[in-house]
Amino acid sequence: MARLNVNPTRMELSSLKKKLASAQRGHKLLKDKRDELMRQFMNLIRENKQLRSEVEAGIAEANKYMAVAGSVMQREVLETALMIPKQEVELEVSEKNVMSVYIPVFNPKYRTGDADDIYSYGTAFTSVDLDGAISALSDIFPKMIRLAEIEKACQLLADEIEKTRRRVNALEHIMIPDYQETIKYITMKLSENERSTTTSLMKVKDMVLKQSHNFN
Amino acid sequence: MFELLKTAVIGDSASVSGFAALGLSVFHETEAEKVAKLINRLASSGFGVIYITEPVAVLVSDTIKKYRSQKLPSIVLIPAIEGNTGEGMRGVHETVEKAVGSDILN
Repeated sequence: MARLNVNPTRMELSSLKKKLASAQRGHKLLKDKRDELMRQFMNLIRENKQLRSEVEAGIAEANKYMAVAGSVMQREVLETALMIPKQEVELEVSEKNVMSVYIPVFNPKYRTGDADDIYSYGTAFTSVDLDGAISALSDIFPKMIRLAEIEKACQLLADEIEKTRRRVNALEHIMIPDYQETIKYITMKLSENERSTTTSLMKVKDMVLKQSHNFN
Repeated sequence: MFELLKTAVIGDSASVSGFAALGLSVFHETEAEKVAKLINRLASSGFGVIYITEPVAVLVSDTIKKYRSQKLPSIVLIPAIEGNTGEGMRGVHETVEKAVGSDILN
């Protein structure tokens, strides 16, 4: 590991020691954060997968009806029947804080009081399969909203986990070893200086004694 | 904090027109450039969720990726009338790979 480019002084040593302590503390905290994020993520991603298969199956079901409706009805009639929707849906969006990742929560609001009030056409000119398609879609719609919510949550959590993991790794494998090595280097240098001072003092003492007393 | 946001569906008309009855805003658009522009426009004009059919989503994957790390809108892939291509599920697996480092779902 690379030693940091600092002067080997006592002041640097004490500031490095402080930095090392906070790096180790930060490392521990971030590691805990990563583990907890991962736990939350695993719960959500399982639900996400489950929900996605359900939604995909539901839409496939609706599409089957739609394909039949499209083949027995004229295209124009079909388009006209769906042209002016009766229902309108808006999403009330709030947010939830999961380990300081803000994830959106959707709460659907329907214009007409009844969420099932969906048929925007009379039944005289349309195929029954169209009704089937619309009702299948309407059944799966709450799950689609939840899927949108949870898929976004998973993507945001995955981003955060990746970031946190990088920080943990940078602290663990680069910053902390660097600090430790530099601290060691400064300690060695300082004690080496001390020893050299001691020896030169002894030498000077010898010389002074020799001069003043003709001492051998 | 409450906002009221709208929901959009993008895809070919056969796959998505049914959603109109549920009160979602439906856009029949299948050309890559137009769809990309449409997504950008919807994202900045109060749409919270955009459902997009898999075949169309493949054409604009860059644009969709751009919105992945933003809080809103949530872009969700749905199967088109031709059937499920598995693209949506692949997205879920990608997310796992990003978070965990390897795909542990199966």
